[in-house]
Amino acid sequence: MSYLPYAVAAWICLVGIAGIATSRNLIHLAVCLTVTQSSSYVLLLSVGYVKHGVAPIFKGTKLGTPAVDPVVQALTLTDIVVSVAVVALILALALDAHRLSGKVDPDGLADVSG
Amino acid sequence: MTLAATLVPLQAVAFALVALGAPVVVLTRDPLRQALVNGVYGVSLVCLFVVLQAPDPALSMLVVSAVGYPLVILAAVARVRAERRGRAPREAAGKQDDSE
Amino acid sequence: MSRRVRIALLGPALLGLGALFAWAVAGLPAFGDYRGPYGDLLNKVVVPLRHTTNVVMGTTFDVRGIDTMGEEFILYAAIVGVTLLLRDESGRRQVERRTRRLATDSVRLVGVVMVGGGLLVGLWLIAFGYITPGGGFQGGVLTAGAILLLYVVGSHRDYRPFRNEHVLDPLEGLGAGGYVVVGLAALASGSAFLTNLFGFGTPGKLLSGGSIAVLNWASAIAVTVAMLLLFAEFLETYVTPLEPKDAGS
Repeated sequence: MSYLPYAVAAWICLVGIAGIATSRNLIHLAVCLTVTQSSSYVLLLSVGYVKHGVAPIFKGTKLGTPAVDPVVQALTLTDIVVSVAVVALILALALDAHRLSGKVDPDGLADVSG
Repeated sequence: MTLAATLVPLQAVAFALVALGAPVVVLTRDPLRQALVNGVYGVSLVCLFVVLQAPDPALSMLVVSAVGYPLVILAAVARVRAERRGRAPREAAGKQDDSE
Repeated sequence: MSRRVRIALLGPALLGLGALFAWAVAGLPAFGDYRGPYGDLLNKVVVPLRHTTNVVMGTTFDVRGIDTMGEEFILYAAIVGVTLLLRDESGRRQVERRTRRLATDSVRLVGVVMVGGGLLVGLWLIAFGYITPGGGFQGGVLTAGAILLLYVVGSHRDYRPFRNEHVLDPLEGLGAGGYVVVGLAALASGSAFLTNLFGFGTPGKLLSGGSIAVLNWASAIAVTVAMLLLFAEFLETYVTPLEPKDAGS
């Protein structure tokens, strides 16, 4: 149990990378990229967890109760929202490639000319 | 049972669900179906974040997997299909006349 | 590199990466055994110093404020990229006069309730973001989602005021630039960039946190408008049908 969370994060990362490498569709590739990104969130939040800690919000809980790490939560929450825009950029590139070549297959894009 | 004692089995279940969900998302090849499966995977991640005592990332993941990802993925799929059919999508907005 | 070569290389590569992960994970402290000093320090210090009860928001916008500024500019750059790629300024637009409404009234009723409810919850998440869980990022996406529901539930005409690019583009700049302006204001008054110089108020009330509240609203505006712009660029822009000579490979 003590190393399970990190193993899960590593497993998700490897699964996502395998999905990206074997993808036949650029949109499927973008979603596999989001799966890989989620592995980093799982890792960050697992590293910051304090045993028997509460959430680091002190409205209602007394100051001084042991709480989990707020720094990794700050990193994670901004990253989740920003990754939507980055995936949108990747999908816009995929749409542009499809408009120019008629294919969404990453392997078929190699001979696009012009 | 105290809350602390119930939290550890909950965490194990949440981690197991997330670990099971990731290969399912990757193995779904059709992008339209994958958008839906990604939404379910997002909900399992929300449960994991809540159990890890992180309400702010849980809220982020909730709104993003309900509003953000389906929006961009389905819009991309719709445009690809419309371009394949060679005509404009329904309700194609345009610069309507200013007099409207 | 052909597809077969790539997949043949994938197996050993993943094994190597997995071995590196295993070695890294073995060096980490056990799950729950938190050793770093910063988490405990922040939990002790942020509420008395900055009067925000949500320590995560206090970290995001104050203690690690420059990190969030970088993230916001990643968002801004990605939106600019999507706009450059997808916006069609040539004016060749097909005008669809027919507006299609949802067929069933009950679905429309539920949708209308969801628009109002979603907007209220989104604005509440933004406004009280530094007191209870929430914040500009989460509330911004939810507010944009509620506005976009107008497009699904109503007709295109109901949604059209929210896709005016001449309004959305400056608002996005306002959100992203407002962050920098607050930091520069601190710089101009003699302290370091992004120092929290406003009055702090009482913890637990809406008037607390100083510049955290201002930065919270700036990032909320940036994120909301970014989502609206994304929808406008992806779905609304006219799709040029392929000319016969361009179709195919």
